Amino acid sequence: MATYSTNEFKSGLKIMMDNDPCSILENEFVKPGKGQAFSRVKFRNLKNGRVIERTFKSGDTVEAADVVDVEMQYLYSDGQHWHFMVPETFEQIAADAPAVEDTIKWLKEQDVCVITLWNGVPLSVMPPNTVTLKVVDTDPGLRGDTSGGGTKPATLETGAVVRVPLFVEIGDLLKVNTRTGEYLSRAKA
Amino acid sequence: MQDNLSIEWRPTASLENLRLRARVLAVIRSFFAERGVLEVETPILSSTTVTDPHLHSFTTCYTGPGAPQGRTLCLQTSPEFAMKRLLAAGSGPIYQMGKVFRNEEAGRRHNPEFTLLEWYRPAFDLAALMNEVEALVSLLTGAPQAERLSYADAFVRHAGINPHAATVAELKHCALIQNISGPPGLDDSDRDGWLDLLLTHVVEPQLGIERPTFIFDYPASQAALARVRPGNPALAERFELYINGIELVNGYHELGDAGEQRRRFDVDRAKRCAAGLPDILPDERLLAALQHGLPDCCGVALGVDRLLMIAAKAQAIDEVLAFPVDRV
Repeated sequence: MATYSTNEFKSGLKIMMDNDPCSILENEFVKPGKGQAFSRVKFRNLKNGRVIERTFKSGDTVEAADVVDVEMQYLYSDGQHWHFMVPETFEQIAADAPAVEDTIKWLKEQDVCVITLWNGVPLSVMPPNTVTLKVVDTDPGLRGDTSGGGTKPATLETGAVVRVPLFVEIGDLLKVNTRTGEYLSRAKA
Repeated sequence: MQDNLSIEWRPTASLENLRLRARVLAVIRSFFAERGVLEVETPILSSTTVTDPHLHSFTTCYTGPGAPQGRTLCLQTSPEFAMKRLLAAGSGPIYQMGKVFRNEEAGRRHNPEFTLLEWYRPAFDLAALMNEVEALVSLLTGAPQAERLSYADAFVRHAGINPHAATVAELKHCALIQNISGPPGLDDSDRDGWLDLLLTHVVEPQLGIERPTFIFDYPASQAALARVRPGNPALAERFELYINGIELVNGYHELGDAGEQRRRFDVDRAKRCAAGLPDILPDERLLAALQHGLPDCCGVALGVDRLLMIAAKAQAIDEVLAFPVDRV
C-alpha cells in the first residue's frame, strides 16, 4: 500500500481519507514555540466534492489514492452511462450519473474531456474550458443590437441555459466558458 | 545552450522589504548598544545540540586537522548553550543576532534557516524582560501596549478549558467541539501534544489581534530550559509574545541548576528513544558551565523574520526572505 508522509503533502496530492479518495487543497505547517508540529490540511472529497479539514502530526503517513487524470473523448450516452474513449488506444470506459452530474450540461459528442479515474473507475469528468454549442431555444433576436448591455436566457443543445446578448438567435453556435457558465462569443458554423 | 528563462533566480522578498530588514537590524543593534548589552558571536557548528524531541538539528561533517576521520558537527537550533557559557564566564548582559537552523520546519511562518535575536539579562526577572521585549517590538512595529495573559487564562478565554486541570479526554472533547480533528498519530498519553493542538489551532489565532499578547506561566511539563516554580500546579517560568496570531518571542527564567538540567536532558533523551529519534548526548560543556555558576538571569529569543513579517504586513515568511529554502 503506497503511503505519503506529511512532508510530501502539497496541493493536488491524492490521498485516501475515511475510505474516500481526496485531493489536498491546502497544507499548513503549524508549530508552537516549543512543542509538537502539525500539518493542518484542507482537502476535497473527490466523490462528493465536500471540503474537509484535518490535522496530522508531523511525520504521520496517510494512504495514497490511486487517482489519475486521463484525457478522453466523449462518445455518447445510453441514458444510464456516459461512454468515453482514449483516442490513441480506442480504450473505452463508461461513467455513471454521479460522475458526470456536474458536467452533463456541457458534454458534446467528440469533445475531449479530462476523466478522473479512481482505481480505474471514473470519479468525475471535466469538460473542456470552452465548448461550442448550438442554441435550441431563446427569445427572438434583436438583429443588429451588438452593443447593448441587455441579456436574455438561451437554452443550448446539451440543455445548459446561459445568459446571452439580445442579438443571439436559435441555431447560432456559441462559445461558452464551462468553468463560469458564461457566454464568450458567437462561433462560425 | 540550456534555456534558463524558467529558472526561479529572483528573490522572493521585494527590495523594499530587504531595505526594511537592513533598517530593522540597525535599530536592534542601536537599541542594545544604548542599553549596554554586549553583542557576541558564538559558533554555528557545535559538537552536540538541543535534546528537545520536537527540534531536529542539521548535521554536517568536519574533516581536517584534528579530525582526520571526520567529526560530526551540528548546526545550532539556537545559540542558547554557547551564550550561557559566556554568561557563566562573567560576560554580563549579552545579545546575538544570527542564523539558526531547524530541520523539518518549512511553511508560511517557517523556513529551515532563519535569523534569531537572542539576549540574556542577568538580574532581570521575567516581568522586566517582558517590558524590554515590549519596548523593542513597539520601536520596530509601532505596536500598542501589550496585554499579559497567563497560559491558563488564554485557554479559558479562547478555548473554554483549564489547561492545567483538564484530562486528555476533556482536551480531545474540546478539540472536537471546535471542529478540530484529532491527529491519528497523537496518543492519549501525550497530554502536551493535545495542549499543543488546542494552542496552535484554537488559542494562537486569537492572540495579539488588537494588541500584542504576552502568554506566561506554562505547564511545568513544557518548561524546556526554564525554571519551574513549585506550587499547585507547578508552573514553568516562561513567556511567549504573540502579534496577529504569530508567535514572535520565547523567554525563560533560565534554569541554572546543573543537576536539574542533566535530568531534563535525560528525560528528553528517553522521549527521543521512545519516538525512534536519534540520541543526542548532553552538552557537557554547558553542564560544566552551569556547575561553575550561571548568574540568575532571564533570556529570550525573537524570530527576526517573523518580526519583519509583522512590520511589512506580510502573509508569508517568503516575502521577507531574500531566498527561502525552495529557492536556494
